[in-house]
Amino acid sequence: MSKNDLLKENGEKTESRRGTLAKGLALGLGLLTLDAWTGKAAQAASGGGQVSKDSEIPTLPPPVDPWQEDVTLVMRQDLKRALSKPVDKRHWGMVIDLQRCIGCQGCTISCINENKLPPGVVYRPVLEETSGTFPNVSKHFLPRPCMQCDNPPCVPVCPVGATYKRPDGIVAIDYNACIGCRYCITACPYSARTFDWGEFYGDIVLSGPLPYEEVPSLEYGKVWVREAGKSPIENTRKCTFCLERVERGLLPACTDTCFGRATYFGDLNDPEALVNRVRQNRQVNQLKSELGTHPSVYYLL
Amino acid sequence: MEQMNLADQRGSQVSISPGSRALMVAGAVIWLALFVFGLHGLYDRLAFGSLKTAMDSYIPWGLWVSSYIWFIGLSAGSFLLSTLVYVFKLKQLEKVAPLALVVALITLIMALLSIWFDLGHMGRFYRVYLHPNFRSAMAWMVWLYTAYFVLLIFETYFALRASLVRGRSLPGLAGGISRLLTGGRQQALSEEEVRRDRRKVTILATVGIPLAIAFHGGVGALFATVVARDVWHTAIYPIIFLVGAFLSGGALFTGLIAFFWPKRDDYWRATVRLLGRVTLGLLLLEALLTWAELSVPMWYGVGPEYEELKYMLFGPYGWVFWVVQLGLCTLVPLILLVSGGKSPRATGWAGILIAVTFLSTRLNLVLPGLVTPELAGLQFSYHDGRLIYNYLPSWPEWQLLAFVISVGIALFVFAVKMLPTLTGRDVA
Repeated sequence: MSKNDLLKENGEKTESRRGTLAKGLALGLGLLTLDAWTGKAAQAASGGGQVSKDSEIPTLPPPVDPWQEDVTLVMRQDLKRALSKPVDKRHWGMVIDLQRCIGCQGCTISCINENKLPPGVVYRPVLEETSGTFPNVSKHFLPRPCMQCDNPPCVPVCPVGATYKRPDGIVAIDYNACIGCRYCITACPYSARTFDWGEFYGDIVLSGPLPYEEVPSLEYGKVWVREAGKSPIENTRKCTFCLERVERGLLPACTDTCFGRATYFGDLNDPEALVNRVRQNRQVNQLKSELGTHPSVYYLL
Repeated sequence: MEQMNLADQRGSQVSISPGSRALMVAGAVIWLALFVFGLHGLYDRLAFGSLKTAMDSYIPWGLWVSSYIWFIGLSAGSFLLSTLVYVFKLKQLEKVAPLALVVALITLIMALLSIWFDLGHMGRFYRVYLHPNFRSAMAWMVWLYTAYFVLLIFETYFALRASLVRGRSLPGLAGGISRLLTGGRQQALSEEEVRRDRRKVTILATVGIPLAIAFHGGVGALFATVVARDVWHTAIYPIIFLVGAFLSGGALFTGLIAFFWPKRDDYWRATVRLLGRVTLGLLLLEALLTWAELSVPMWYGVGPEYEELKYMLFGPYGWVFWVVQLGLCTLVPLILLVSGGKSPRATGWAGILIAVTFLSTRLNLVLPGLVTPELAGLQFSYHDGRLIYNYLPSWPEWQLLAFVISVGIALFVFAVKMLPTLTGRDVA
């Protein structure tokens, strides 16, 4: 194919795109007109009078347009606002846009990096499912952090009360109280709890931890060095939405590193927060909500 | 009479036939092998924690939890058998009842050891007592079996006190232990004291019945209350745990009486026959419940329970059900109990077979609830040896179980040697 042919083809494509854009704009204007018309019609139907202030429906903040706003900056502002409130007035939550998730597993890796997770422990795997048969095949991805349930089945089963629900909605584990019975792992309907068996990646090639495995984890704002017989080894471990970062004004590692901007994090109690705005006009789902666990993680379909 | 009994004991200790001696030597060698094999598992557990187990984060409970419920069931079953005498006054089993109590105590110790070894932080077990969360079925279970443990110690003591006092003049360690346990008492118990001890035993056994039902039903409830696991989350679980306890405990005791009761007289034959009938009835009841447990969720071939139970029946470890649970733990004992009902040896073998292979039933209660992913695609999401849906116990896990069993056998032999009354040798 010559250069001219290529240019010609590109020109046709551009034309074609322009055509599509024009059609889209026309349709959009048409819808706007229709909207304006229906609005007027509704007003006319109600008698055309003024709506009293008392019965006025509060105006919702505009839905977010990720192409216009830098969602990371917006979420950081949300975080700042939430942290200025007392801890029991905020409720951390997460929204994951499944249409934007490309299954890169960047969130899984950044989580491992942030929390210095050993073999056998994973806080945010990305579930993969292939459906259909060739050539009609599609692949679906579903990142699965801890659901931070408001009615968490893992909390009441703990025989020593080592796992508990914080006032800000996070389900936490007191590593130094956990006896390692693993009952909570069986009780979680999302398999969001894993056990620290005491393994190191270095065990595979050497006979001990690699230098990077000796870097402490800072979970719950404390310094945790993994040593045999000491917590968090022989403890159940789980995602905390990177509480140690969040309380210092940083977004969870998975949210910060999601380059598809599929993960939103913030205060569910704040109507202005992005986690609430992105759910407008979208189909929202929660995992196994029929169990009555009331997860704090929402999925946009 | 007392002197005669003691002479009888000494006599019984020396009159061992060469065949029995050979059996005893073989038994001692097997026990030693089991113990040494087990010591290695104990070392692995203490030195490396859970590292050498084959459990993983998706199948976090395995052989040790299954053996725990196996042993605790044996304990509850033996104890409830003893209550037939101490509460329901069944005369036929009166002589063997103290042994049932001791077996209940020993198997309880084995159960506690198994579950203690399963804890990630063994040193923190005290927290269940100091910081219990009573919403947890597990906390209830621990508190209830602690109460049961204390009750069992007192009940066994009062059931044996009269014979312990009689045994104070026994030679060697046996006499020393009897003197120690009775506080150096010189005189035999008066009739009034014996009556008082019996009354205490009756009260403790009566309290023990709801306690044993509560703690073993509680173990079943520990699983059944977990909403996340479809196979476990059924009302039949606590009931099947209890019936399994009656069966396995009764079967173990039947085997022990059939093979280890020293006097092979009419009393022994009648006792073994009675125990065999009880075991047969319980075996049939257990089979019925197992049928209900499997057939109800599987009948129409749909649903999450169907997949999990299908894995149990036809997965890579299906032989545990078909060969061990159905064959060796149900059909073979059934044939032995029905066709060899009058033969104490056949009855004894049936009992031993059920008691030993009952571990398969316990494994098949624990593992099916864990073998399938709770969310579709989880098994492919992250590749790691500790994040898989496949579990076969590792050698160190089997070794530690062998250690616990060897401890149990040692305690049993020690108890029988030190307390002759347990095998009816000083009963006038």
